[in-house]
This record gives sequence, C-alpha cells and structure tokens, in this order.
Amino acid sequence: MGELEAFREEVRGWLLENAPRSLVGQSSSQLEGTWGGRKATYPNPDSRRWLDVAAERGFTAPTWPTAYGGGGLSPAEAKVLQQEMRKLELPLPLIGFGLTMIGPTLLQYGTEEQKLEHLPRICRGEIRWCQGYSEPSAGSDLASLKTRAVREGDTFVIDGEKVWTSYADLADWMFALVRTDPEAKKQAGITFLLLDMETPGVEVRPITLISGSSPFCETFFKDVRVPVANVVGTINGGWTVAKALLGHERSMIADAFGGGSGRGGGARLPELAREYLGEANGGVADPLLRDAIAQNEMDTRCFHLTVQRARDAAKAGHAPGPESSLFKVYATELNQRRYELMIAIAGPQGLGWEGPGFDAEELARTREWLRSRGNTIEGGTSEIQLNIIAKRVLRLPD
Amino acid sequence: MQLVLNEDQELLAKIAADFVREHSPVSRVRALRDAKDPVGFSRELWKQMAELGWLGIPYPESMGGAGLGFAELAVVLEALGRTLAPEPFLSTVLLGGQVLLRGGSDAQQAAWLPKLVKGEAILTLAYQEPRSRYDPRRVATRAEPDGTGLRLSGDKIQVLDGHVADALIVSARTAGDEADADGVGLFLVRAGAEGLEVERQLRIDSRNASLLRLRRVPAEAVAGGAELLERVVDLATAGLCAEMLGAMSEIFDVTLDYLRTREQFGVPIGSFQALKHRAAQLFIEIELARSAVMAATRALDEELDDASSLVSLAKARCSDAFVRVGNESIQMHGGIGMTDEYDMGFYLKRARVAELSFGDAAYHRDRWARRSGY
Ligand SMILES: Cc1cc2nc3c(=O)[nH]c(=O)nc-3n(C[C@H](O)[C@H](O)[C@H](O)COP(=O)(O)OP(=O)(O)OC[C@H]3O[C@@H](n4cnc5c(N)ncnc54)[C@H](O)[C@@H]3O)c2cc1C
Repeated sequence: MGELEAFREEVRGWLLENAPRSLVGQSSSQLEGTWGGRKATYPNPDSRRWLDVAAERGFTAPTWPTAYGGGGLSPAEAKVLQQEMRKLELPLPLIGFGLTMIGPTLLQYGTEEQKLEHLPRICRGEIRWCQGYSEPSAGSDLASLKTRAVREGDTFVIDGEKVWTSYADLADWMFALVRTDPEAKKQAGITFLLLDMETPGVEVRPITLISGSSPFCETFFKDVRVPVANVVGTINGGWTVAKALLGHERSMIADAFGGGSGRGGGARLPELAREYLGEANGGVADPLLRDAIAQNEMDTRCFHLTVQRARDAAKAGHAPGPESSLFKVYATELNQRRYELMIAIAGPQGLGWEGPGFDAEELARTREWLRSRGNTIEGGTSEIQLNIIAKRVLRLPD
Repeated sequence: MQLVLNEDQELLAKIAADFVREHSPVSRVRALRDAKDPVGFSRELWKQMAELGWLGIPYPESMGGAGLGFAELAVVLEALGRTLAPEPFLSTVLLGGQVLLRGGSDAQQAAWLPKLVKGEAILTLAYQEPRSRYDPRRVATRAEPDGTGLRLSGDKIQVLDGHVADALIVSARTAGDEADADGVGLFLVRAGAEGLEVERQLRIDSRNASLLRLRRVPAEAVAGGAELLERVVDLATAGLCAEMLGAMSEIFDVTLDYLRTREQFGVPIGSFQALKHRAAQLFIEIELARSAVMAATRALDEELDDASSLVSLAKARCSDAFVRVGNESIQMHGGIGMTDEYDMGFYLKRARVAELSFGDAAYHRDRWARRSGY
C-alpha cells in the first residue's frame, strides 16, 4: 500500500469515527454552511461539533501549516481528504473568507505575528472576515478607491465608505483597502489593512438584494483608529497584496460555481426535467430542453477537465498556463446558465416568491437563480475578466 | 488519467511542429487543389511520416508499429492540423487500419498492417450512405453469400481517400432492415474488384472523398459488427478532433497577429474592446476544446467506460469551436479574409467539413444524453 493509500485509510477511519452521522449526505459548497465567528449561528448542534473536531485535527484548513492551526497536508493528501469527504457527502466543517481569501494572503504576505494572531482563530472558526474593497465610485476601477487613512504615530485614522461588503453585519474583522497617499499614482497610494469591526466609528447597514436576502452591506468609517501593525505588506504597497487576494477569491468563486455544487445545483438537471416535463422514449420529453441540458452538462464536464488539466500541469512542475485565467468567467456563466435552465424546466412553478402553491425547493431555487445573476459581477465582472485575458494572455494592445 | 503531456509527448510535439514548418505549409493544400492533383496528397511526405514512425503509433511493435496510443497520435495530428495537411491519416491509420487491427484475421492483418505502417498501403472505411446521415448503424448495403464467398451491393458516400485506397472496409448487412441495430457486418474489398465503381467527390475542403457504387462486389468478412464499427468511428473522431484543435489554434494565432498589427483610426484594431472580448471568448473556447481532446484520447487509451461519451464531448466542442473561430477569424480580418488568395478560407471550409464528419455537435449532444440515461 502506497503512502497516499495508507493516508486514505486513516482519513476514512477518522471521518467515520468523528463526522456526525446526521451530516452525512448533507454536502454543501464553499458558499453555504458554517461560517463561524463571534455571531455564529449553527443549523444544528452537530454542525458545531463537526467544526470543533475538524478544527482540532487541522482539517478546516488542511494544507496550512500545523503551527497556524492547519493540517499540514500535502496537496495530494488534501485531495484525498476532499475525495473521502465527498464520498460521504459531508459538508465542509467551516467556510468563509478567512479560509479562502485572507488566510492564503496572510500566509504569503503576513508577518509572523499576524499569522500567529489570525490564522489559528480562522481555523477554529472563531473569527469571521469580510472584504472591504468596493466603494460607491470604485467598483471595476477598484484602484480609484477614496477611503482615507491618515497616520498619527502608531495609528491610522480611517474615514470613508465601503459598499457591497458581503456579510459585514455578521463579520468580526475586515480586510480593507485604504488610500494612504492621495498624491501618488492611484495604484501606488493604497494600503491593505486589517481591522476589528467592533472598533468605534464603524457602522454597517444591510442592503436587500433582488433575491430578497441581504447578504451585503454599506460600511461607513468615521475616525476609525487602527494600529499601523495591522498593515499587511508595506504601506502604500497594498495593491500587490490586493491583487493576490483577488486571485484567491476568483479561484474560490470558480470552485464554488463550476459545476452546480450549490443547493439547487445539486439536483441533476435530467432528473429535474423528468420531474417537470415527463419522459418520452426513456429520455426527457422536451427535445429542446434535453439538448440544452446536454449542452450544460457537457460544458460543466469540460470545465472540470480544464481545472484538472491546470492541476495536472502544476503537479508536473509547469508554471500556471493560460487556461486558469478563464476559470472565473466561465464557471460563473456556466452557473448562471444552469439556473436559467432550471427556471425554464420548472416553468410556472419557477415563479414563486413565497406562500402557497410552491414547495420549499422551488422557492429556494428561484431565489438562487436571482442570486446567481451576481456571479458575473462579484469578484470582478466578466467584462473585466475578459479584459484581463485580452491583455495578459493574448497580449492585445491597449 | 493525466491531462498533461509527458516528456516523450512533448518531444514528439516539437518534432511534429518542426516537420510541419519545414515540409508542410498551407500552400501545399492550395497547390494540390489548383492542380486538381489526381492523388490529393503527397505520397512522398506520407512515406516520410511513415519513416518518422507516425503511421505506426497506434499499432503493435510486432507489425512494425510503436505500440503507443491515441494521446501520442493526437499530438501529431494536432501539428498536422495546423496547416491542414491532407495525408490519409483518418482513412488509413484511424479507420481502415483500426478495423483490421481489432477485427481482422491473422492473415488479413499480416497482409495489410505491416504495409500500412510502412506507408505502402492506403486503407479506408466506407460506412456512410445517402440516407444514413451520422448513424453508422444505419446500413442499406447488403452482403449476400455467393458460393463460398460473399458479394456486396449498395452505395456509399464521402468515403475518405476512397479513390486511392488499396483496400476498403465496407459496412453491409447480412440481416435485417436498413434501420435495424443488428445484422451489420464489416467486409474487406480490394481496389479494382469486379463490380466496384469509385468516383471522386469534390467537397469544399478539397480533401479526398469518393462515391462508391457496389454491384455484387466480391468481399471477405472481417470479424466484428456494429459495435466495432462504432468504436472505430470513435477513434477516428478523436483523431479528427485533434486535427481540428490544431487548425483552430493556428487561425486564432494568425488572427491575434492581425489584431496586433492591422491599424485603423490610427491604432491597432486589437485595441478595440469589441474585438478584444470576442478574441478572449475564442481563447476560452479553444482552451476548453483542448481539455476535451486530451481527455477523450486518454480515455480511449485507458479504455475507460465513459470513453465514448468523452469522444462525443470532444467532437461537440470542437465542431462548435472550430466553426466559430473560423467565422470570427474571417470577420476580424475584414475584406482580406474573404479572398481566396488569403489562406483563411481553407480553414473555414475544413471547419465545416470536419464539423459534419462523424456527427455534428447536436448529434453528439444527443449521443451524450442517451449514454447518460436521458
Ligand atoms: C453578490 C455580490 C457580492 C459582493 N461582495 C463584495 C464584497 O464582499 N466586498 C467588496 O469589496 N465588494 C463586493 N462586491 C462588489 C463587486 O466586486 C463589484 O460590484 C464589482 O467589482 C463591480 O463594480 P461595480 O458594481 O461598481 O460596477 P461597475 O464597475 O460600475 O460596472 C458596471 C458595468 O460596467 C462594466 N465595466 C466597467 N468597467 C469596464 C471596462 N473597463 N471594460 C468593460 N466593461 C466595464 C462592468 O463589467 C459592468 O457590467 C460584491 C458584488 C456582488 C454582486
């Protein structure tokens, strides 16, 4: 038995022993599940227990060093863990921007003190993070952001406003971009810093989305005092850190959306179509929708193969190839097309907002469809991704 | 399955690319077309490719081959596809030869396969009929016993390299009606056989294809029926996809160069965002096609259960992508793209023929859905 297979045995045994029975078969994606944090709520007590045992073993952040609360696993071992969890259809013990965005960024750019302060608390699900990038006048043109940080000794004093801050109302800490040099070229005057949302002067107002939920907020800063020690990277050197984090964010989004791992997406399209449209000759009755379903499933498979190709190339020691630049734009568009198709399949039953005549799954699916329209906006719009491909990969002139 | 080229495959890709650059520019295709060349490809280059070991890639060493797989063959076909090389890989190495390798008797294999590997025999597969469209199981041609032998009667269309083939594998039925799944067999017919009429067809891509009229043509049976036929068509489809991938990559590169250099309004046209975004979309399509081709060829080599589904995935992707890249490339070139003098038209014509060979995208989506149980 190879080392990896021995590890697989071990992990399988550990999961069977430690993962709460009630969660087997309840798989979820990067974007739904246990977020942790001071204001954490748990769908049931077992989710809490699952978080605690997994964190104890380092399995909330499998590849991070054990010194910071991670599992210290190699990428190959982490994949085995993921495969074994998938087999049991277990939800991730913990999700959130700590694990997927600021954690990897701190591993790369954080000081030893910052890593020791924040990473273990992320792994244990004690602190929930939000992302303070966008502002009312700085969206795609992020580098034009205006929120000001003025230095007073060992402190930065922050004034300004962020918007579309997902889950700011539930988060404990924020990683934020602020302007520390208003005179410099716009990318050169930005600093990346970490701040506690309980600091006096921080105010959060939720915004309701077209799907009816309010996952994101406006965040206001008035004389908010943050220690200079909370700067990640160098003062005025935040743009480099910001871009690295965006890279992590985009691969997380591609990962979460690339293949219907969401709740409504979990239902296989052909089954859904059989349910709503009936069968003919053993297949889906409506030939046009059947063709569209096949197209979507084939595109999804092709996307997964492309992700695999990038991983196999990385394992073989090649530098990341051009293929990885398409993940965010393609995965999000694929997810949208998938929801469009689910709504088309459900027909009039896809129109429910609440109340009688629609079952819970139908209502949830419809709201997820509405939510999915944001996929091609958040984390950098599709148009911006295409700009990046044209410039960086295809080297087309400005 | 590893979706990355190993060192040997990378070396092969480099050798193939160098060979194509040196010996096989697109101008060759133009010259063959303009001269109405009676052979339709270069016998001399075919021989050179045999010497490089390319024809023997998917044949065992005992027959003079390399005992390698479709992953390797795809690397060569992609390179050849970049300049639309018209040599008879599909007909000989992928169709006719693979039927004999998988269904031929020892005697049939000994008679044909070592010669094939050396570039001394052209083989092909005649399975398409006027009414069969893309379904290889739809066969009206009949095989009837005649004394100790067999005789075939029927019509076949668009038989690749049919007019230069030394032997043709022909699908025909021994039982059942045209649309029956059962009763289809494969038979070997020699060039010049009594009752065989072969007429060259001219398609838009000026590659070799022929009409076959069979009137009581003597033939030998090859073991294997519709299942073998379908498997071999899968192999050829994967090979064609590799060729398509090479061709679309080439015109995309040419188009990118044009976007960087052609100026209008005092700036390179590649600075216009309307064109940038379309180019980025084509890039995405080509990258996805590449993943599908790599997966399909490897699945065939590893004989995975979903190999046929992955072949359908690759063909659906490549069909759509190649036509789209062909159309967009002409559009982004403006007027010059429409001229016969510029090479772009050769690619668009090949794109359309390739799209409709071995089933178009809709056919393969239907096949995928059927194989997935819906
Ligand atoms: C669900 C959701 C969650 C989000 N969560 C967060 C979060 O947690 N934290 C955070 O900081 N931000 C968050 N965002 C904000 C998100 O990053 C921005 O919405 C996004 O970057 C676009 O900025 P904008 O909304 O200002 O649109 P704009 O930049 O004004 O864009 C409007 C339109 O113009 C197009 N456009 C703009 N510039 C160009 C160009 N150069 N070329 C071509 N087209 C262009 C865009 O593609 C878009 O279609 C979230 C957004 C959504 C939808």
